Amino acid sequence: MVLSIRSLTKSFPGTRALDAVDFDLAAGEVHALLGENGAGKSTLIKCLTGAYRRDGGEMVLDGQHIDPRSTVEAQDLGIGTVYQEVNLLPNLTVAQNLIFGREPRRFGLIDAATTRRAAREMLARYGLKIDVDRDLGSYSVAIQQIIAIARAVALSGKVLILDEPTASLDAREVEMVFDVVRGLRADGLGIVFVSHFLDQVFDLSDRVTVLRNGRKIVTAATADLSRVALIEHMLGRELEDEVETQSAEEPDADRPAFLRFEGYGRSGVVAPFDLGIAQGEVVGLAGLLGSGRTETAEMIFGVRPAQTGSARDMDGPLKLSSPAAAIAEGFGFAPEDRKTDGIVADLSIRENIILALQARRGWARPIGRAEQNRLAEDYIRRLDIRTTSREKPVGELSGGNQQKVVLARWLAMNPRFLILDEPTRGIDVGAHAEILRLIHELTEAGMAVMVISSEIDELVAVADRVIVLRDRSHVAELTGPRVTGDEIMRAIASEATDRRGQVPA
Amino acid sequence: MKFTTFLSGAAILAASATASFAEGEVVGFAQIGSESGWRAAETTLTRNQAEERGYQLQFSDAQQRQENQIAAIRSFIAQGVDAILLAPVVATGWDSVLEEAQEAEIPVVLLDRQVDSADELYLTAVGSNLVHEGEVAGEWLVGEVGDRDCRIVELQGTTGSSPAIDRKTGFENAIQGHDNLEIVRSQTGDFTRAQGKEVMESFLQAENGGADICALYAHNDDMAVGAIQAIKEAGLAPGEDILIVSIDGVPDIFQAMADGEANATVELTPNMAGPAFDALEAYWADGTAPEKFIQTESKLYTQVDDPAGEYEARKDLGY
Amino acid sequence: MSLLGRIAPQLIALAALVALVSFFFPGFLSISYHDGRLVGPVIDVLKRGAPVALLAIGMTLVIATRGIDLSVGTVMAICGAVAASAIAGGLGVGPALLLALGAGALAGLWNGVLVAVVGIQPFVATLILMTMGRGIAQLITEGRILTFTDAGFAFFGSGMMLGLPVPAWMWLIAGLGTALLMRLSALGLLIEAIGINRRASALSGVNATVLLIAVYVASGLCAALAGIVVTADIRGADANNAGLWLELDAILAVVIGGNSLLGGRFSVTASLLGAMIIQTIDTGVLLAGFPPEYNLVIKAGLVLIILVLQSPRIAAEWRVWRETQRAPPPDRTRTEGGA
Repeated sequence: MVLSIRSLTKSFPGTRALDAVDFDLAAGEVHALLGENGAGKSTLIKCLTGAYRRDGGEMVLDGQHIDPRSTVEAQDLGIGTVYQEVNLLPNLTVAQNLIFGREPRRFGLIDAATTRRAAREMLARYGLKIDVDRDLGSYSVAIQQIIAIARAVALSGKVLILDEPTASLDAREVEMVFDVVRGLRADGLGIVFVSHFLDQVFDLSDRVTVLRNGRKIVTAATADLSRVALIEHMLGRELEDEVETQSAEEPDADRPAFLRFEGYGRSGVVAPFDLGIAQGEVVGLAGLLGSGRTETAEMIFGVRPAQTGSARDMDGPLKLSSPAAAIAEGFGFAPEDRKTDGIVADLSIRENIILALQARRGWARPIGRAEQNRLAEDYIRRLDIRTTSREKPVGELSGGNQQKVVLARWLAMNPRFLILDEPTRGIDVGAHAEILRLIHELTEAGMAVMVISSEIDELVAVADRVIVLRDRSHVAELTGPRVTGDEIMRAIASEATDRRGQVPA
Repeated sequence: MKFTTFLSGAAILAASATASFAEGEVVGFAQIGSESGWRAAETTLTRNQAEERGYQLQFSDAQQRQENQIAAIRSFIAQGVDAILLAPVVATGWDSVLEEAQEAEIPVVLLDRQVDSADELYLTAVGSNLVHEGEVAGEWLVGEVGDRDCRIVELQGTTGSSPAIDRKTGFENAIQGHDNLEIVRSQTGDFTRAQGKEVMESFLQAENGGADICALYAHNDDMAVGAIQAIKEAGLAPGEDILIVSIDGVPDIFQAMADGEANATVELTPNMAGPAFDALEAYWADGTAPEKFIQTESKLYTQVDDPAGEYEARKDLGY
Repeated sequence: MSLLGRIAPQLIALAALVALVSFFFPGFLSISYHDGRLVGPVIDVLKRGAPVALLAIGMTLVIATRGIDLSVGTVMAICGAVAASAIAGGLGVGPALLLALGAGALAGLWNGVLVAVVGIQPFVATLILMTMGRGIAQLITEGRILTFTDAGFAFFGSGMMLGLPVPAWMWLIAGLGTALLMRLSALGLLIEAIGINRRASALSGVNATVLLIAVYVASGLCAALAGIVVTADIRGADANNAGLWLELDAILAVVIGGNSLLGGRFSVTASLLGAMIIQTIDTGVLLAGFPPEYNLVIKAGLVLIILVLQSPRIAAEWRVWRETQRAPPPDRTRTEGGA
């Protein structure tokens, strides 16, 4: 074993994040670490990388007891980490990022030629032939992620921790990163892999350890576990259905549209489209990254307002010139990137939940504290937001709970039309199912919902109708029985065959 | 904009060069800027003096930048002026441009500040003696209090500046040997009215509400004006309960003296041009070389010197 | 967090400073009463701290939005010049005040539009007015100290009300009013939200553009009040020196108040305490009678000590140290209160 953890314990005020957890990592294996939000994965990794100091237990790396006090110390010991958000400097060149902190010097000056050569050699190992003099930020997230891996491996070399490295990648990019990871496994590196995507876990990992509520539940060879068994371990309860069944009742195509967009578009962003949305309907948007899904949502919500066409409801035209205007029309929008566009990290759960409501009321009519507390407690309970207190800063919550807070913010507004951009990205299986169930409940109550997702199964499960986009225009509309994975795939793929080899933007 | 008017001025001058010699001398004045009222008054008086003597004055405002001053001097040289007045913004870096003036045989007179260049590079320097100013102020106070014990508070100029150091030295020289006079508190008021007031308030607090203070010596009039307000607000009578002596001779201190709220000021005359022009006239007439330093008079004004009249004479000079 | 808990570090720092100053100048806390007014070093602190305290109010709001306003010292000079020239021109106290406040609001509007609409970084946007504005003030005063004798206007600098100097009332009322406005309305929350995440706030319907402009206007108004105080105090507008470097003291006050320069959570009250801490140092240095060469060194040293003691890292280290000092390791049930 390259790494052996025994009885690792870590407490925070009010919670025991890790309770006597054991974890082993062999050289040349990919060991997946799974668990719901709050299970203790992040805490374990932070203890390992020196971000937290453990309360008890021991960590042995290559026969040596270790106690890293900082990520730098952990790195020097041989433990490197790559996070979901690329943790490099986008405005430096690829070479500078790779060599940063240990630049070769000649006559006291940084030796650019040697830097460049060293960088190219490092990347050659990963089969990556790119211009190392270009700014890192000019490459796709996948390539940045590989560069981050290359840097982490070069710095540490024994253990590589991948903390949701694929969360912001599309399928092809994931495969690219996985090839790199497999190569490193073959080279004898011990790799800890944290992911919410079970498919990826089965695809990549040799062994799985499941944590729940700070305890280790099981460690097993991946091949010995069924998908259902794995999910059961993670949730600790019998899952009724892994994914909610297709909303069985047949939506009648003539349901009257209560929102209608005609010739709605913005040049260079989304080609004009017609769209009617009925009450209680779930409209899914499918397409590859960059096909115009998010852009459609942002245009409808007034972030980048439409230049052509009209939007109207049964009473007349709608004014959607800004988010505030769209909100006034009863719209809500939970954006894809929760951290930068959704949550206000340093504000409490309570304040995040009431933010949109307060903005609509205006600054001069504050929501009373008792009412705020009531709203917050109400949604914490209804959406099962896991927290010790409603006053906890949202930034300290796990991804799934942050998403629930953003949803709560909109539910508190009681919108008639809610747009959810990748509502389940980066959150665990349990929260995933809860959010899909919630969408169902909302539409039962008459709300119209637009769901953007890159998970086709999710769209099939939740949507009454799916719009397929490519190249920034709406190219297909699937309704009723045609809302199937195959149909959606075909509609998207018709593009992929046209333009094979082109990396989606 | 300034530069273009300057150029067109130069062109006109060049065209009428012979005529201007007949009319009167052309003098270029490279002024620092207009950062203080005193400097504005210096500019006004220089213009007035030139006008009285029938000179043509080429004026350049360098806005506190040496490169502007050097450019102005080069342009004066190109115009072939008869003399250059320079109020140098800094002490160093003048050698080459002064050499150029010397080669063109144009005498340069420094006004109110000195340079580090060799003294053969300029005709003379006109200025006041800062130490002497402090001495005049101190001597007045020594005479005024006689044998009484006198606890003095001092408002210094900006810490480390040469006026602050020299005016302090001069004052201390003057009261040396008079054991009844003692500086009990000394703080910087940064030459500003607001700081003068604030620091005076703390002096009053620290010295028994001001009852233990006999006199205030301020390194400039502005600080004294601020201090006078502080003294009044503390319920004391400035000029009577606490004697006030300061340096510079700006209009507001004459106003205060006329109101009986200040006792004496030592004038730092803004008329540097007068002595400069006197020296230049002698030089032009028969090549008489003046002394290398012409010290202006540090004249003492008190309440008996018609402060109201002095105020009227000064209030429009641009202070 | 309760207000008292939030401002405890500042209160402790202030108390320690007062003790220190009292050691060098024993009469520091003595206050006497005559002619209907309170007199004493503490009263001087309340009065002399007014300009920085007023600036700190606006600066706190600007910094909460993740901005900074470098122009406030210059805006003080402009507003003072406007007020003085209005008084000297015979316009009377009311119009002079309104014109000065108008000039401050206009300056704030300029900054706010550059930041919120044009999208220039606050540091750069306000630097423009900082460098340019003093020239404007000099144009108004024609380069000299523009003096006036109007006792009505001088009241705002050296007048007394209910025993306290008017400038002290001004910052107390402006500060208390702002703090209450922020917490009784939703402004505080909305400002914090755009300071932490402007984009997420805008997507939630918060009108970030208008709010941003508003905080810069508020800062301009605070600078106008500060300019009125210093101008009225010396009965003259000194365009060269009024408010010089005070923007830095104001930023320092906000920082000593424990507010993050990265925006977000803010406390106006804590910033005001920060301003009083700075003024206590300034006044203490003057009273203690050290040679003036030491003024800035002493001030820098004390500020450094206060900031170091307040830093979260030191606080964390202190907690760790305290826990390791406790002989039997702490029980599972955590009992100790917050530090």
